Amino acid sequence: MALTTAPGATRRTGPVAPTPSRTAARRAGLGRKVRDNLTGHAFLIGAVACFAVFSWYPMVRGVVMSFQRTRRGETTWVGWDNYSRIIADPSFWTAWKNTFVFTGLALVLGYAVPFFVAILLNELRHAKGYLRVLVYLPVMLPPASALFLFKFYAYDPSEAGLFNAILTALGLPTSEWMQSPTMTMPAMVIASTWMNMGGAVLIYLAALQNIPGELYEAAEIDGAGVWRRILHVTIPQTRLILALLAMLQIVATMQLFIEPLILANGAGTQDSATSVAYLIYQHGFFQNDLNGAAALGVIMLVVLAGFSAVYLRLTARQD
Amino acid sequence: MAADSTTRTLISHAQLRRGRGRVLYWAVLSVVVAGFTLVFLGPLYWMVTGALKSGQEIAQTPPTLFPRDPQPRNYVDAWTNLELAKLLFNTFYYATGAVLFQLVFDTAAAYALSKLRPVLGKLILGMMLATLMIPAMVLIVPQYVTVIDLPIVHVNLLDSPFAIWLPLVANAFNIFLLKRFFDSIPEDLMAAAVMDGASPLRTLWSIVLPMSRPILGVVAIFAVTAVWKDFLWPKLVMPSPETRTVSVGIYAFAGGTPMNVVIAASVIAAIPTVVLFLIFQRNIMSGLTTGGLKG
Repeated sequence: MALTTAPGATRRTGPVAPTPSRTAARRAGLGRKVRDNLTGHAFLIGAVACFAVFSWYPMVRGVVMSFQRTRRGETTWVGWDNYSRIIADPSFWTAWKNTFVFTGLALVLGYAVPFFVAILLNELRHAKGYLRVLVYLPVMLPPASALFLFKFYAYDPSEAGLFNAILTALGLPTSEWMQSPTMTMPAMVIASTWMNMGGAVLIYLAALQNIPGELYEAAEIDGAGVWRRILHVTIPQTRLILALLAMLQIVATMQLFIEPLILANGAGTQDSATSVAYLIYQHGFFQNDLNGAAALGVIMLVVLAGFSAVYLRLTARQD
Repeated sequence: MAADSTTRTLISHAQLRRGRGRVLYWAVLSVVVAGFTLVFLGPLYWMVTGALKSGQEIAQTPPTLFPRDPQPRNYVDAWTNLELAKLLFNTFYYATGAVLFQLVFDTAAAYALSKLRPVLGKLILGMMLATLMIPAMVLIVPQYVTVIDLPIVHVNLLDSPFAIWLPLVANAFNIFLLKRFFDSIPEDLMAAAVMDGASPLRTLWSIVLPMSRPILGVVAIFAVTAVWKDFLWPKLVMPSPETRTVSVGIYAFAGGTPMNVVIAASVIAAIPTVVLFLIFQRNIMSGLTTGGLKG
């Protein structure tokens, strides 16, 4: 991520020819510097306090909690007990399997589709504004609203459901959607992709607009067709964005929670919708097992850190 | 951000303007416009009109395109039975507070990091940005435990709006967005203000903020949408029916309420963010694409 390359910053203490005011400020010396710093820290304090209390401290506390057990107000160290208990839960592996299936399907659908949609939109010269607004519109809906729409209207297992009506009209067999264990995951991926793809499309569009036109020109002169131009110009030119969004997509989809909760009332038919995040919620807030939930959170963090490491290695090698 | 007509893309303009290319272009354009309208607007139409149908009509095959006998009652029932006025007011109240807290604290922090450069500023920024890598679900349990018994002061924030406002201040993306914008404000302007004897606060107020209106607008809009869209966190920290947000409220009622009424409530809950988007779509889109995601 190019997060640290802020452009256009000229430092106050930078290599600029000293103007009278600068030398005066420098001569004023240490006292002035300290006072400057004090103001600086005063401006930072609110945000830093919020980060400390609600991000940095919980981070550490989550790890600590995962090795503790609290009973009747007494906290004791229990080593890896929470971890072994969590892993022994039969839902643990089902939840991981489901989460990976969702992430995998979401990479195919929610990652490739927006890229091609962005390429398509970038080629069109008309109705640009309208199409962009349309794609981003679902992102603005509260997820609960959008998911109730899918649950009640689209995934109605009778023939009155929107999707089944379309399938019937096309002469295809209907599906039970959320009632069928095999369709649960694809149905959740479809709903989730519809809700979320707008953001990715817009980011890709911005990246596509930065590709120099001469590259396409040159490729065309060399006799490259449209597909070869996509393969040899578009994809290499946007590879950093592609890699970054793949990473973000994995992190986002691994947290699959509200889709199972609303579409499948939690676990779904035969546990077909249980996800790791849903298990954290179950343990923490229904089974009164906050320590087990914390351990599950740490496991999730380790898995995601593994993905990040792979991502960093892959992107580092490309440069 | 719209590409001007001279920029060459995948397929050249000349190719699209001539004979077969031109026919193909218009064919693709009409298919895309129609297809996107169906896919992205269609479900919303289905939602708004479906909530007007009777329970009987909704269960009928094949489904009707227009409600045959519109029942505005469903919307009225949703409004009164789910106490949507209160739920919407709560959500609006949390969103307003979130905007204020984020604008005050995040702007101040970004200003300090960009222009005042306190010692350890780089380290603090790095630690803030590192939180972007930590998924929300991982922190949900320790965050919840922290909120029910705040360290040092030992205050319980359950059902208090601060449980929503304060964690939202810890938003590294906002601080990064603001800092980058402030970085682009010429240092000469700041120096001139210092020479005139302006304090840092005064410089922020009279020079930096007026120049930063677009980015402040983007941060404010994102804050509103974040509160409106969030589900699990408000569900956990606002457990009483009196303090619920609209999404959580609809979910809580969904079990024992007729389907059409739930959908009608979902439509009402979605109106504020959709209207906000239609008004500010230009700002939102430019904010998204200038978010420092360049490769």
